[in-house]
Amino acid sequence: MSERATGAPAPRALPAEEGGGGRASVTFIGMPRSFRENAAEAVRNDQLGRNLRKATHTIRGKRARVVEELPDWAELREAGRAIKDHTLRHLDRYLLQLEEAVTRAGGHVHWAADAAEANRIVTGLVQATGESDVVKVKSMATQEIGLNEHLAAHGVTAYETDLAELIVQLGDDWPSHILVPAIHRNRAEIRRIFRDRMASWGRPAPEGLSDEPAALAEAARLHLRERFLSSKVAISGANFMVAETGTMVVVESEGNGRMCLTLPETLISVVGIEKVLPTWRDLEVFLQLLPRSSTGERMNPYTSMWTGAVEGQEFHLVLLDNGRTGVLADEVGRQALRCIRCSACLNVCPVYERAGGHAYGSVYPGPIGAILTPQLRGMGSELDNSLPYASSLCGACLEVCPVAIDIPEVLVELRARARHPRSERAAMRAAGWLLGDQARLARAQRLATRLRRLVPRRLPGPGSAWTDTRDLPEIPEESFRDWWKRS
Amino acid sequence: MRVALFITCVNDTLFPGTGRATVSILRRLGCEVDFPAAQTCCGQMHVNTGYPEEGVRLARRFTEVFRDYDAVVAPSGSCAAMVREQYPRLAGRGEEGFAQEVARVAPKVHELSEFLVDVLGVTDVGAYFPHRVAYHPTCHSLRGLGLGDRPLALLGNVRGLELLPLPGAEECCGFGGTFSVKNPEVSAAMCATKVGNVLETGAEVLCAADNSCLMHIGGMLGRRETGVRTMHLAEILARTEARA
Repeated sequence: MSERATGAPAPRALPAEEGGGGRASVTFIGMPRSFRENAAEAVRNDQLGRNLRKATHTIRGKRARVVEELPDWAELREAGRAIKDHTLRHLDRYLLQLEEAVTRAGGHVHWAADAAEANRIVTGLVQATGESDVVKVKSMATQEIGLNEHLAAHGVTAYETDLAELIVQLGDDWPSHILVPAIHRNRAEIRRIFRDRMASWGRPAPEGLSDEPAALAEAARLHLRERFLSSKVAISGANFMVAETGTMVVVESEGNGRMCLTLPETLISVVGIEKVLPTWRDLEVFLQLLPRSSTGERMNPYTSMWTGAVEGQEFHLVLLDNGRTGVLADEVGRQALRCIRCSACLNVCPVYERAGGHAYGSVYPGPIGAILTPQLRGMGSELDNSLPYASSLCGACLEVCPVAIDIPEVLVELRARARHPRSERAAMRAAGWLLGDQARLARAQRLATRLRRLVPRRLPGPGSAWTDTRDLPEIPEESFRDWWKRS
Repeated sequence: MRVALFITCVNDTLFPGTGRATVSILRRLGCEVDFPAAQTCCGQMHVNTGYPEEGVRLARRFTEVFRDYDAVVAPSGSCAAMVREQYPRLAGRGEEGFAQEVARVAPKVHELSEFLVDVLGVTDVGAYFPHRVAYHPTCHSLRGLGLGDRPLALLGNVRGLELLPLPGAEECCGFGGTFSVKNPEVSAAMCATKVGNVLETGAEVLCAADNSCLMHIGGMLGRRETGVRTMHLAEILARTEARA
């Protein structure tokens, strides 16, 4: 399996019968398809559309209810924005403070400039334990660098233990949502995946497994419990790192993360450098913002915190840059580093709802992915170049973002840096010339008026993008400016 | 009060009736309306598609054309939001002095319902329109400008008008300027949801403060032969009993 210096691993082929919930022939990383083509395929998939609509609208409603009940949400949000901006401005200082605190508490800190270096460090640490199996806490950073694939290439099997990540892994699938990676799957599909695939990864699914959520959860519990009790090495990410004490924080819903964080003898955490917070007081703000924004809960069920190595356990922290320093240098784009991976922007995005997460070709889908991915790995590929256009700029994402990332602003900025098709450049230049002078505009309007009866109902070529599904407006007999002059 | 009408290029070229209606409402309310003929376009299409140089040229032109007016009224939430929200961000890309021009002109630009309610202090414009109407708030009016319930207050005072609540009103219709042709499949899917919601209301007329969104939704309402018409807010507010 090939890998890239940045971003997630190369696409996996999927057997045809695994189709259903939208995975069928959807490409992921490194394929020369644009967002438009990926999204168009998703739009035609009715089941994917139903799964996504139901799930995103449910979480959206829950979030709205628990946010509305807080009278000081606007102040919390502003505090979150300000803390992140301050920390990012002094990131060098806080990272060194963190390193010192973690080291003092018996942990080991490693610095990884990119995905390749992080993968090499983690693989080396696992190999040093002599183990060939590791359990994983749900982590975006390790997906971003393609860690599981790298470990597999070196003879180490990584077992995902988050329920949704388990579904994705067993289905040989890709995550399609930051918080709910299997959001594109419904329970009937999950039952099939468990029944067909669990046995090849460990304890098989119980006989006669139904698609009741409780039965599916029980099957996962039994399957994972064996793994927790036998694994000696765990790999995690972290939601936050507190610089003043060197404390790592993981918030989760299932408790599976805590099993991984506490049972194994060696714990390796791979964390993006932007996850650091100066103090515990700062953490308080985010422990309110995150659960309400992500799962629509007042408080998440499990918050695990640890400082350095606890007794009998070895702890390694791998601090990951992988393009973040470059983003930090960008005056408009750097606000994307405030992101706390809550997914609120995905759940309200009408484009994400229709296109699904796979269309974005990155572990970071949706509006935040559309500004994060092109910044982290550049806009070299056709797909990455098309991501800034994967938005109608409706602004719903900015409205719900708990750290006020102006996603539309960054999208517009990235569009200015994108490669534009030659025909579009010519059309935009022509439009600019026409609109650059009122006499030119008036002449063009009169010409259109004279030809108004000749416009066909369906346009050929690029115009068909509009007229395939929508009528054109009628050209009036007279422009407004001509009426004004006349009256 | 002497106000300048910023008609917007889309209304000027394709929806002159909206401009005539805006003039009629403003005159009825005692405003002296001027139409500076040198105006063309705010530059939104260029900026939002990734062509800021052309966009800044048009923005520069806009600030020159409208610099000496007390108030500028635009029958488009999207174009008003472009000037007020996005021009200040473009200021750094313009020549020297552009930032000051933006600071001078942008705050004077109002979307029509903002101007009527906030500046003139009017929510009843004496209109008469005996039809069932659903109102689509449009994204740039709702989230960009924060128009809130101003358009609904105006529609609520129109004699004979039955205002029907639109399900999922705050959701984007999928137009998004060039998004509608760069990602036509997703755009059309979003529009189909909006059209379904409009039909659910049983309205005869879909109203909004932006003709570009209405052109998109109306294009699908027309293609599907639903019989539902689209009308700009100004065109409903301009109707009086005398003209009905």
